[in-house]
Amino acid sequence: MTGYVIRRLVGMVPVVLGTTLLIFAAVYALPGDPIKALAGPGRVLSPSVEDALRERFHLDQPLWSQYGHYLGGLVRGDLGIDLQGQEVSALVARAWPYTLQLGLTAWAIMAVVGISLGTFAGMRQGGTVDWVVLTGTTVVVGVPYFVVAYVAQILLGVNLGWFPTSGVREGWPASYLLPAAVLALFGIPELVRLTRASIIENRYADYVDTAIAKGLPHRMIVVRHILRNSLVPVVSVLGLSLGYMVSGTVLIEGIFNIPGLGYVVFNGISQQNGPVVVGVCSLLVLVYLMINLLVDIVYGLLDPRISLAGRR
Amino acid sequence: MTTLLEVSDLTVEFRTARGWGVAVDGVDLSLAPGRTLAVLGESGSGKSATARAIMGVLPATVGRVGRGRVLLDGQDLLRLPPQERRAVRGARVGMVFQDALSALNPVLPVGYQIGEGCRVHLGMSRRAARRRALELLDLVGIPDARRRIDDYPHQFSGGMRQRVMIATALAADPEILIADEPTTALDVTVQAQILQLLATLQADRQMSLMLITHDLGVVAGMADDILVMYAGRVVEQGPADDVFERPTHPYTRALLDSICTADRKGQPLRVISGQPPDLGNLPSGCAFRTRCTQAADVCRTLPPATAVSPVHQAACHFAGGAA
Amino acid sequence: MPAAGESIEAVVAAVPRDRRRLLRRPRIAIPLGVVVLILVVAAVPGLFAHTDPRACDLGNSGTGMVAGHPFGFDIQGCDLYSNVVYGTRSSVTIGFTVTAGCVLIALVLGCVAAYYRGVVDAVISRTMDIFFGFPALVGQVVILNTLHQRNVVVVSAVLILFAWPAMTRLMRSAALATVDLDFVKAARGLGAGPVRVIARHVLPNSFAPILAVASLGVGGMITAESALTFLGVGLRAPSISWGVQLNQAQDSFREHPHLLLFPSLFLSVTVLSFVMLGDALRDTFDPRSR
Repeated sequence: MTGYVIRRLVGMVPVVLGTTLLIFAAVYALPGDPIKALAGPGRVLSPSVEDALRERFHLDQPLWSQYGHYLGGLVRGDLGIDLQGQEVSALVARAWPYTLQLGLTAWAIMAVVGISLGTFAGMRQGGTVDWVVLTGTTVVVGVPYFVVAYVAQILLGVNLGWFPTSGVREGWPASYLLPAAVLALFGIPELVRLTRASIIENRYADYVDTAIAKGLPHRMIVVRHILRNSLVPVVSVLGLSLGYMVSGTVLIEGIFNIPGLGYVVFNGISQQNGPVVVGVCSLLVLVYLMINLLVDIVYGLLDPRISLAGRR
Repeated sequence: MTTLLEVSDLTVEFRTARGWGVAVDGVDLSLAPGRTLAVLGESGSGKSATARAIMGVLPATVGRVGRGRVLLDGQDLLRLPPQERRAVRGARVGMVFQDALSALNPVLPVGYQIGEGCRVHLGMSRRAARRRALELLDLVGIPDARRRIDDYPHQFSGGMRQRVMIATALAADPEILIADEPTTALDVTVQAQILQLLATLQADRQMSLMLITHDLGVVAGMADDILVMYAGRVVEQGPADDVFERPTHPYTRALLDSICTADRKGQPLRVISGQPPDLGNLPSGCAFRTRCTQAADVCRTLPPATAVSPVHQAACHFAGGAA
Repeated sequence: MPAAGESIEAVVAAVPRDRRRLLRRPRIAIPLGVVVLILVVAAVPGLFAHTDPRACDLGNSGTGMVAGHPFGFDIQGCDLYSNVVYGTRSSVTIGFTVTAGCVLIALVLGCVAAYYRGVVDAVISRTMDIFFGFPALVGQVVILNTLHQRNVVVVSAVLILFAWPAMTRLMRSAALATVDLDFVKAARGLGAGPVRVIARHVLPNSFAPILAVASLGVGGMITAESALTFLGVGLRAPSISWGVQLNQAQDSFREHPHLLLFPSLFLSVTVLSFVMLGDALRDTFDPRSR
């Protein structure tokens, strides 16, 4: 198992270098003054801010050294300063608890709803429940999620008054339920389809016959044997859907005014505060990679065949 | 002779492109306490389908029981409500499948898989079931069981895995063990060990053993009774000694002829000519007639089971006098 | 067991022998009909909207439905109906451009990776890994945010940058499976060059799944474009697009919900049609996925 974790960690290195290099190249290495790129069109910065930025991002040094500083900063949690001279890391420090609460709530909703619906549909393949669930997933895929977010906000928040419409004043869970549900919604279709396909693949497996021949109750066969095996590929999608979620927080936190990391990016864009967008997005990419690494490790724990493959 | 398990007129159907086809057609068999019955036949002869129908694990949606009865102590398993049927599976009738690698759950430790049956049928606690699983692993001859109990199926060799499979089937102390080609997936040397283990277990625990195989060599040393199947029907059955002594159905004779023995050294290997018939397109009457050297016009009608001796029957028109 | 042979027959039977019959299946015909209608709207919006979308009168700002203006007016007092109709064009253009670009890259790189294996495959696969390392929207936001010229071409290019790996991975595995088939090995053994093998054997055998994924892709790319534009890093105001309309509506949707409703509705119907078409195609070509 340790060997497996180390292999995954080593495999991660080029991806971290590649993603950060791509961001760096887009922002600093494209022709033109990176300060202008960060400030947005037509905006003139005061000389003192410009100097502070040049110094902080080491723009006087060669590109490779700039990249070194950028990467080193990311690793240390130093994300530079924004156009007002504030530390971006201070913005992040205030924002991340909100995103964590929203993300985990959404993820829990997604996992529970997605896996249960997928299991129900898979065990009743070809039946009415199956058809309803499959059609539902297509509709959810087909309707852009920020449209869903607004419709939910207007209908359930403003018109019906069931949920707070915006902000986090009412704390967890009240203020988080609606945005988390919307965030969860667009990870659900893929999760449902994969769980369903995986259940269908496993429910006729030989070991299910063995479980039946042992005289196990139906529920135990479904949960312990079929679902337990079906979850192995599902875990990787649970990880991938975290990617949608990292993306989704930018839209959902913006729409529901939840002052998390996504909201910081959302506002950074509308206020044309380049360094904030770049810094927080770089961080989000690292978070995403980290989550994927964790998912890989959990995957190895769930399926003993994977983590042992290298040992034999 | 008392009977523990009595199957009568069992018919199993499989879904084909042209509707439901008959895979097992009116099979009768009986299993006495403490005896070993070998069910012999080529692949596609319906022997596995018979076993699966008795156990209630026919492949869902493609297989179903058409008619017949499966009486265990006089109680028809096919007509039991699902809950009661479930209480019989594993507890009174255990099953060993052909390929332990796919028949054991790949993501659960073997100790858990063995203990499951004890927990469900004997109401054991998790801890007690684990102790019992350990005993069973010892019993089936897994060396160093204490260390292997938390290993996963893929960490065992083929033979050891089949021993684990046997342990899961024994978990709740069944009176009947059905072994569906338990050695087909194994090396020849290991096959003998597994058969030896089954024979020992059967003798020690006074179980009834229903051994399904296509390998006459497997049958020879172990079986008390033999039942030969061809194209979904029983063609010959009787005590093992009688059947080996006086094989009556031409198919049984051909089977016996096709094994190599030391005393036939130097002679060419005899094989059964032709192909096993397509179940969707069986010849009328005796299904073996298209490959039979003795076939005559009378074979176009279905041969009745004819008594060779009071305990030995063969379904051949020539069983009465020709043999 | 008759079961094994049977299931193969069932699969073969499910693949339509006569492709023209596909159009008789409602699951394909209905979304296809809507898609065709959308394409016509995108090509000749003037047929459907007679008001100039840029002829605006601030006096009408935010007004609801009136005769001749079924969707009312937006904040700038422009006719919302003709804006929504004209907005179809940029969404559809971007959706098709990006998908076509991705399919092209996927066909080339996927086949090359599968055909040459080794170092070539490793380089392509590792590059894809880097792009899979991004939560897509976040990557697009960073890059678009530093580009100040943002028209249909730039937005499409950035979308392609992050969307090609998914399709390339699919194409690569499809091509890998084909390259291993005996008849392809035979063709190579007979001296067929890589271009010939790819064009004659690999492509035709992987075409069906690509078509289904492409249809899903158009829907996904239209969503992505509208999300980016909505966030403010996609198309900008003189361009007419649903994303721009939604972006402008977000400050006033409580007073004027119709500003949000109509662009959303068109967007959803469009994306939904492509997704349903893609789903139906995939299920038809690959019955195992159902």
